[in-house]
Amino acid sequence: MSNAAANLVALNTVVRREIVRILRIWTQTLIPPVITVTLYYVIFGKLVGSRIGNIDGGFTYMQYIVPGLVMMNIITSSYANISSSFFGAKFQRSVEEMLVSPMPPWIMLLGYVLGAMARGLIVGVLVLLVALLFTHLHMIHPLVVAASVVLGSAIFSLAGFVNAIYARKFDDVALVPTFVLTPLTYLGGVFYSVKMLSEPWQSISRANPILYMVNAFRYGVLGISDVQVGVAFAVMLGFVAALSAFALYLLKRGVGLRS
Amino acid sequence: MSSVPALVVDNLRKTYGNGVEALKGISLTVQPGDFFALLGPNGAGKSTLIGILSSLVNSSGGDAQVFGVSVNRQRNEAMKLIGLVPQEINFNQFEKPFDICVNEAGFYGIPRKIAAERAEKYLKELRLWDKAQMQARTLSGGMKRRLMIARAMMNEPRLLILDEPTAGVDIEIRRSMWQFVSGINAAGTTVILTTHYLEEAEQLCRNIAIIDHGTIVENTTMKQLLSTLDVETFVFDVAGIPDELPALPGVALRRVDEHTLEAEMARTHDLNSLFSVFTAHGITVTSMRNKTNRLEELFVRLVEHGRNGQEQAA
Repeated sequence: MSNAAANLVALNTVVRREIVRILRIWTQTLIPPVITVTLYYVIFGKLVGSRIGNIDGGFTYMQYIVPGLVMMNIITSSYANISSSFFGAKFQRSVEEMLVSPMPPWIMLLGYVLGAMARGLIVGVLVLLVALLFTHLHMIHPLVVAASVVLGSAIFSLAGFVNAIYARKFDDVALVPTFVLTPLTYLGGVFYSVKMLSEPWQSISRANPILYMVNAFRYGVLGISDVQVGVAFAVMLGFVAALSAFALYLLKRGVGLRS
Repeated sequence: MSSVPALVVDNLRKTYGNGVEALKGISLTVQPGDFFALLGPNGAGKSTLIGILSSLVNSSGGDAQVFGVSVNRQRNEAMKLIGLVPQEINFNQFEKPFDICVNEAGFYGIPRKIAAERAEKYLKELRLWDKAQMQARTLSGGMKRRLMIARAMMNEPRLLILDEPTAGVDIEIRRSMWQFVSGINAAGTTVILTTHYLEEAEQLCRNIAIIDHGTIVENTTMKQLLSTLDVETFVFDVAGIPDELPALPGVALRRVDEHTLEAEMARTHDLNSLFSVFTAHGITVTSMRNKTNRLEELFVRLVEHGRNGQEQAA
């Protein structure tokens, strides 16, 4: 068997195992985001949103926040999946099954990232379907939607992988989502347009990578964005490239994995 | 059979980040088809050596070649040749044994259909097939050990490394495990075994290396090593013991209890003269055995000798 064929089998194995895990513990991986986002839709979208009126070109507040909430759930699910799954493998030492195999590090990384992206995508579809119970949406640029989902999910999968590599205990895995990811998400233009902010907050907000993901996705769905879509994709591609290189470097060096 | 050694360890060194020098430039060779014992006290460097061979530990110097393939320079190719049964349980306890085996094969690039056939074959041979679809955490300790052997066989390795595979396993399961491993060794797989059950090593292994404080203190055939043992102690179960023990030159006879005698003597000493003396003094022997495992005695002697040498050098 050629190396390429063997690598494909190995990649398929890692991805399949991740998806089986996601589906096996679906009450932990798929249902909580759906419940949380439903509450967001009811409270912010319907109850509070009805008093806010139209926003940014005639969209209801509900329509305005849906793309941000969908993207928020995609990236947090991707991050949570890879950080808990890979750290769990480290904790149980089952990661050694892969480390002693001839599988190249990049296949391991890609497999975990694709698995995490799969969870992000499933959760994204679920929260989008729930949103359609509350409002109507037309996808103006479906390719932009697809590309922003893939890139946003990939960025946070890679970031979660790096987190899991450095984590020594389960608390370390929870630390980044609590103190970094959640604040960045809430300040990333999910619930408001950064144009509403005064300086210097508007400029500071532009240093937040989540702003670009949310706005790229919002542009795909509604056709409006606080940032230029080209810039948003350039930023996302830059993050994917930098995080991929860093994660692969850590994996090849065996940081946190090999003595 | 291939003339390329199954394993060549060449001046392998490992110093951990905390300054502990676990391996001090060890070298050894394992021939293809061998059943090789790698023994040593706790902390001697056995697991570090196995970790380097299986790429879980980065070496600080030297190299190891598995069937001529360098572990350092051709890691992926070398790993295809090795199967590892680690000391600690290291599979996902929430997965099923069948999935654990099939996934392991997948990591080696083995297509799922072949992997499923091999999983069935090895789980059956290790008497785990009826547990194949249960969560692994529900298995007993012995079953978990056997599962790790089945998993290590999924890539049908040419070199199988067993790092204390029978720790905490009852005698019956231990025997069935050795039956399996002996079978695959007879079929051509080279086996390296570390164990603290020295009688296992004595019975199973043809060649042996003893490692202590990161250096090889002995590397020879099992037969040759055992032949260096010059004193043996026999235990005799007897019907009764007279008040005064008989004297025999070259034999130290000792009463253990009312029905047990111990005799320490040179290996060259014949037993016939001892039995003649027993008969003359009306001592009836009902059974006899070696007091200690011979390899255990040698092992302790070699390790202690190494330590005394180090203390003197210091």
